[in-house]
Amino acid sequence: MTLLAVERIKLFTTRSPWWCMVMALVVTVGFAALVAGTSNADDPVTVATTQFGYGFGLVVIMVMAALAVTTEYRFGTIRATFQAVPSRSKALLAKTTVVAVLAGVIGEITAFGSWGIAKLIKGSADLAINSAYEWRVVAGTGLIYALAAVIAVSVGTMIRHSAGAISLVLIYSQLAENLIQIIPNVGPKIHRWLPFNMAQHFLTGRPDAGARGADGPPISEITYSPWVGLLYFGVFALVLLIISLWVVNRRDA
Amino acid sequence: MIEAAGLTKRYGRTVAVDNLSFTVQPGRVTGFLGPNGAGKSTTMRMILGLDRPTGGEAKINGKRYHDLHHPLRTVGALLDAKWVHPNRSARAHLRWMAKSNKLPAARVDEVLELVGLTSVANKRAGAFSLGMSQRLGIAAALLGDPEVLLFDEPVNGLDPEGILWIRKFMQRLATEGRTVLVSSHLLSEMSLTASELIVIGRGKLIAQSSTEEFVSRATENTVKVRSPQLPALRQALTGEGIEVRDDADALVVSGVDSATVGELAAKHGVVLHELSPQRGSLEEAFMQLTGDSVEYHTDITDDHAVAAAAAAELMSQGK
Repeated sequence: MTLLAVERIKLFTTRSPWWCMVMALVVTVGFAALVAGTSNADDPVTVATTQFGYGFGLVVIMVMAALAVTTEYRFGTIRATFQAVPSRSKALLAKTTVVAVLAGVIGEITAFGSWGIAKLIKGSADLAINSAYEWRVVAGTGLIYALAAVIAVSVGTMIRHSAGAISLVLIYSQLAENLIQIIPNVGPKIHRWLPFNMAQHFLTGRPDAGARGADGPPISEITYSPWVGLLYFGVFALVLLIISLWVVNRRDA
Repeated sequence: MIEAAGLTKRYGRTVAVDNLSFTVQPGRVTGFLGPNGAGKSTTMRMILGLDRPTGGEAKINGKRYHDLHHPLRTVGALLDAKWVHPNRSARAHLRWMAKSNKLPAARVDEVLELVGLTSVANKRAGAFSLGMSQRLGIAAALLGDPEVLLFDEPVNGLDPEGILWIRKFMQRLATEGRTVLVSSHLLSEMSLTASELIVIGRGKLIAQSSTEEFVSRATENTVKVRSPQLPALRQALTGEGIEVRDDADALVVSGVDSATVGELAAKHGVVLHELSPQRGSLEEAFMQLTGDSVEYHTDITDDHAVAAAAAAELMSQGK
């Protein structure tokens, strides 16, 4: 508990997490307002389409999470941290937990905030959250953001440099996974098993009849339960976390 | 007490610290002396468990750093004053450190007061001058009221007032019975601060002794004599088997004191214009001892080049 409090103090006594929180909120809720405002009878706003800004929020969250650890290397405070807490695994697990919980909370606030603003703008639209799919696409955001934060912290720990870690995380999640689909024949098959696609499957897989995807193409090829997608994404995050702990314990601080 | 036993650190084929063994006793300031690149910082990082030794081990009060419970309560260290997040306030920086070792929050204000940073406690540390950063680093080191303190080049780049403050501060900490290890590449600084010296060069131990002993053993005591009758004087001295060398219009006599030289001159009826005991400079002695072990050796002979090199060093210290 002490270590969680330490990491909480560290995170909230710098400016970047505050900026990232505000930015995540602005991009997600902003896009929801845009989607709701431009909707009409032919193209009505749905619970899923209010989550259009989810991907942008994800980018901001991963930047925040990577920075939480890379700035410690940048400014040398990681050595002060390991001096105060010689058990590096404990120190980093505490950091990962605090960042992930914060990311999860931001995820829920942005998701329900997006949904709320759409409801406010288009009161007439059917925006009641009543199917399992609708719950997942809104409330699931927090879980994905939390796990994405674990991934970004782990990558940040391994790479140590802000620019490198952020580039790697963003290029992989935003570009590389989608580009793999271009490879003839095997591309789409590989893409199906990539972690961020799995995260997407958790949120938008098995849609209700007639629903439109929240963001990007619907993932109709995947037929198994969306919860498998979440589990897969979680295991991927856990593996990266374990590797980063192993690396940090072997390396000179 | 700090004990290093066979401490070794290799980076690939480069040996940064080579089988280093020493002990640092409580109650006095121990200077950790060596030229730049001798392995002082690496050794300190190994003592603090930040770098993993390739061989040997370092113990603090009989325990490895990793095994200390709430280590800040036993060991305080200032390795680099700039190891602070620039957007975090001095108070916030100390607050998380205090929390991590279950120290009361009131202790933060105590140490800020102790180093005289109370008025800027809520300012962002990135805006601090080097002197203020150094004080913040010392506040962090003192947070847990530790018995053992390590400072890496604490006076580097400080103004004379800052240097004096740190010097007095470290001596006070030692008088309180703490173990204080201070590194420096300047023997003149260490001779004023430390009563015990551990001297290393190229990662190897050169000497561990009291500062006084080190200085007197390392410096050559000579007597300078000037006389209008130099040839006669030289003959008189060499006749007694005394070593003499010429120095412009004077003779430099080594191995005997000024009284002996004066009496000998009187016996031979030689007029003296000057008879002065010379104490070898500390820097010379240090260079002599560590000369073989300087990492980046240059064959500079003419004075102009030496002055240029010295200026460059001063610039790099002030960075």
